Parts: sequence; structure tokens; C-alpha cells
Amino acid sequence: MAQKKTERLVNLVLCLLATKRFLSVQEIREKVPGYDADNEEAFRRMFERDKAELREIGVPLETGSDSGWDDELGYRIARRDYQLPEISLTADEAAAVVLAGRLWESAPLAGPTASALLKLQAAGVEAPTGPAGLEPRIGVTEPAFASCLEAVRDGRRVRFSYRAAGRTRVERRDLEPWGVVSWHGRWYLVGHDRVREGPRVFRLSRVVGKVEPYGEPNAVQRPEGVVLRDQVALSVAETPTATAVVRVREGSAWELRRSATATAPAEGGWDRLELGYSDPERLADRVTAFGADAVVESPAEVRDAVVARLRLVAVGGDA
Amino acid sequence: MTTPVQRLLALVPYLVQRPGVTFAQASTDFGITEDRLRKDLELLFVCGLPGHFPEDLIDIDFEGDTITVIDPQGVDRPLRLTADEALALLVALRTLAETPGLADRDAVLSAMAKVEEAAGTAARTADLVDVQLEGSPEVLAAVRDALARGRALRMTYWSAGRDATSERVVDPIRLLTLSGRGYLEAWCRTAEAVRTFHLGRVDEIAVLDEPAAPPPDVPVRALEEGLYRPSDSDAVVTLGLEPAAAWVADYYPTERVEELGEGRLAVTLRAHDTAWVRRLVLSLGTAARVLGPESLAEEVREEAREALEAYETGQSA
Repeated sequence: MAQKKTERLVNLVLCLLATKRFLSVQEIREKVPGYDADNEEAFRRMFERDKAELREIGVPLETGSDSGWDDELGYRIARRDYQLPEISLTADEAAAVVLAGRLWESAPLAGPTASALLKLQAAGVEAPTGPAGLEPRIGVTEPAFASCLEAVRDGRRVRFSYRAAGRTRVERRDLEPWGVVSWHGRWYLVGHDRVREGPRVFRLSRVVGKVEPYGEPNAVQRPEGVVLRDQVALSVAETPTATAVVRVREGSAWELRRSATATAPAEGGWDRLELGYSDPERLADRVTAFGADAVVESPAEVRDAVVARLRLVAVGGDA
Repeated sequence: MTTPVQRLLALVPYLVQRPGVTFAQASTDFGITEDRLRKDLELLFVCGLPGHFPEDLIDIDFEGDTITVIDPQGVDRPLRLTADEALALLVALRTLAETPGLADRDAVLSAMAKVEEAAGTAARTADLVDVQLEGSPEVLAAVRDALARGRALRMTYWSAGRDATSERVVDPIRLLTLSGRGYLEAWCRTAEAVRTFHLGRVDEIAVLDEPAAPPPDVPVRALEEGLYRPSDSDAVVTLGLEPAAAWVADYYPTERVEELGEGRLAVTLRAHDTAWVRRLVLSLGTAARVLGPESLAEEVREEAREALEAYETGQSA
């Protein structure tokens, strides 16, 4: 059955590539083996499915008619639209393409890369074994990735449920997605939030359930001048708006020391750090990690946030 | 992923380009078995142009274990790249071009330009996905330089597990990226062992004049399993996570994840150093707690009580 369908589809492509004029549906039925000669209804259904499948894999089916008075549409495939243009790569370029082909670790991007490479090879590119010592890999573990990519590609709006960092509550979001970004190993969806009326960045691992595309294709336009990675950088990297002073025990809390804007020795085996921050809760999370080795001296908003965390943990975490 | 129709439409021009290619080579390039390749060719034999007389069919010649296409019946070129294919390949190339140390940049850029041109309008999708790898340009450049010239490196490295920084001299072996993060695999002269260094944790780095000399018989590690290798001597820890901390289950390698309902999870992981788990749980506040072992749960509570004393005795004033 599957074999028969494959054979029919290949024959259909060969037939429509060979014709210069548009072939009517009935002509196609006669010329391409495998279509039902007796049952018109069954044939039409099968032909519709075949057309959809060919378009899905990127075969440019052209519809039209050769004469003005012929009202039935015919089909053909223009060779220049069908075939990959000439491409010839040097050995170094081919090596780079092969290396790029190994970048993606998982299906949503690895699959299309593999089939692209196959087409390049079918166009005559020799794919060498890549150079040793370089193993770039980028994975996609977020289940929402494939549907985000599809929505972005088709320019469609999306709705999804999202749990923001540190929140328990899940909120519904409605977004005009501009693109998908891998930032330091994590995937983000960037777009215009239709409810909050502004650009927003969403970590894909915090999407709960499915991302549902809706509405017309090509309805989403990214505004001029928007750079995807800059949007993520803005949202991920905090721009400090205040400074906290934190005392840390000598030789400890290196995670904090690494981001300190100033470090000075303090009395009794301690150092005093200055740390820039914008979100006191986020800084409190980082400081609390070091327990008795890090003590917030100022300001009160950070100190109180740390104390509140420690009190809850000290009694066993039952809030 | 690739449908049989896609494969067959690529197979014919592939064979046209390579008269006399062996079954072994062609099946390797297509990532299929030789048996599958034979079945594909049998199917192509009965495909052809309307009429389907022998002269209308795709004609393929076998000689020994080689394949030659005599008449491709018009499919002598592959199909254009789809939007998905152009996107995946071009974004991968751009990522290579922007990350020093991964590949010959000029070759990547010229390959990219050629693929873009061949992809035509499909190439427009390539700006929908962007990749920014971790690691500062200075660190990457130094590692690349040391690898290219075979030099040792001196670096200050922060070990997150132990929360300590140390200066060490290493003999670089290779640079790799996994899940978007850059790593240097090197022989560490201090540890006298192969270590994998996360480039985002290198604070200072300098290329030395002395040659890199990793011991000649250092085994190259397979990275398919990831970088983390739990050992039997590691402590087994179970954490209870509220939905707000559920990301921990994705972020760290776990032995077991159990759903407790309402988005809560119980995750079991192995930790080389429980101090690391203590810091993690403290930083998560009420969103996580240690379910076992009880000794570690008590350690966390004790740490919190001790930390509170510093505030309650008014030392922070």
C-alpha cells in the first residue's frame, strides 16, 4: 500500500515535470498509474491527498490553464521552480556544511538539516567526514519547540500557558511570535505580547502543555530593527539598578564574588562585596544559597527577602 | 523524518552525479541499509513517464556492487530546499561562523552565501531562529589559539560544584559545545586527569609559550551520554519540588522523576558533593526541600538557622 503510494507520487512528479502545458485532472488520471479508473469520487479524494503530500515536501505544483475559455484548472511543475539551482562547494566549504549538519542534536532541526544535506549531495556536493576535535552540539529538549518553530515560520499567532520563573501560578499568554532564540543553551520564544501590549521573552522550558497556533498565516510581522538576541539579552541579563552590600566568609561564595563590582577585606575573616541587582528576590535566591557564609548588610529589601527565605527553610519548608 | 518520496527524488540525481557509486557508499550517505536501498531502486525501476513503455522508465544499471543511472527521466536535479531545511542549515552555519574556534570562518561564510543563494526565497526563514553560544569571545579565542598552536593554557576556573576558584595549567585536547554551552576538554596538570571545563566559568585565561603535552594515551571520551558521569560513591538525594522549581528536573541530570500531582515532582539525583545540593535547596527557598536522606534535610535546616543568627544578633547593622 505504502509502496504503491510512493510509486504513484514519484510517477506524478515525473509526469508533471515532463509536461509543458497544464494537464487536466482527467489527463493526470489517465497518464499516472495507480489512480482509480472507475470511482470518480475515490480518485478525486486520492488526488487531493497526493497534492497535499507533494506540497508538504516542497514540490511547487503550479495550477492554471493554457486557454482562456477552458474553465477547468490544470497542473504542471515548472522545472526552474522545482530544482535546486547549481551549487558547487570547495572542500573547505563542504566540510563546514557537514559540520553545521551535526550542530543540532534533536529532531525538529536535525531532520531538516539532514534532508538539506542530502539534497546538496544529490546536487553533486561531496560531503567529507568532518574535522576531528570539534564537536558542536545544540540540543532541543523543550517539547514546545517544534510548534513554536512552525508558528514562527508560518507567521501565525500563538496561545499557550506559561509559568514565569519562581511562580506557582500558570498564566495564559497570547503572542505574535517574532522568532526563537537559543541563548547560552536555553531556548526562548520572542514576540509581541497581545495582552500586555509589549515585547516579551518566554523560556520554552516554562511553557506548560502545547503552544497553539491560531489565525491566518503571515499575520505576524516583526517590526523593523528588532534583533531577536538583543531582546533575550535584555530580558535575561539583568541591568543593575541598585547595589547591595554582602559580607562573605573568606574563600567562600565564589559565585557571588565573580559578579561583584567591588571586593574589600572586612574584619574577622570576611570580605565585603558590592553586587549590582535589579530584582531583590533574584539576588536573595543567590545569596541564600550560601547559608551562613553570606550575610546581606544592605539594603533592607534584599536583607528581608533573605531572612524570610531562611526562616521558612529553618522550620522545614512548610509554608 | 524524510518521506520515501523525498528520498527517492534525491536518490536519482545523487546517482546521476556519481556513476558507478557502490551500494555501501550510497546507503551510508542516505543513512539507510543496503537492503532498503535495493528496495528503493526496485521501486524506481517501475517509475517513469506517461506511457510507461520500457524506454519511458527510469533506467538503472548494476554492475557488481556499483550503481549507474542510464536514464533519470527528467529528475536529474534535486528538489529545492524547503523553508525548514534552509532555516535549519543556515542557522547552523551562522552559529558556526559566529563562534570562534569551531570552524574555518571564511569557509563557513562562503558556504553560507552559496547555500543562501541556492535556497532562494526559502532562505528568508533563516532570521527566525538565532543561536548565541555561551562563553566570552576572549576565552574562546584563547582556547582556539592554544589548540591551533599546540600550547598549554593557564586559567582561573570557578568550580560550581565545590564553589571554589583555582588557578591551573592545562593541556588542551579539544573544544566542544553541548546544548549550547562551550567546553574545553583538557589534561589538568593539577588533577593529573582529563577534565572538562565549562567555558562560562573561566574567569581568566592566558596562552602559555610552552607546548601542550597531554599524555599520549589519554582516552577520548564519548560524549553521547553527556558530560555528567555519576559514580556509585555519589550520594543519592531525593528532592521534593514545587511547580516553581520544576525546572530543576530538566536542568540537572536525574536518576528518577516522579510526578506527585498538581505540578509537584520528586526527583532523585546523584551528587558528588552534598554541599552543592545544600546550596541549591537553600536558593530555591520554599519551592524545594530535601525528602531524603534525612541527615541532609537536617543539615539544610541547621544551615538556615545558623545563617539567621547573623541577622538576629544585629551584626548587620
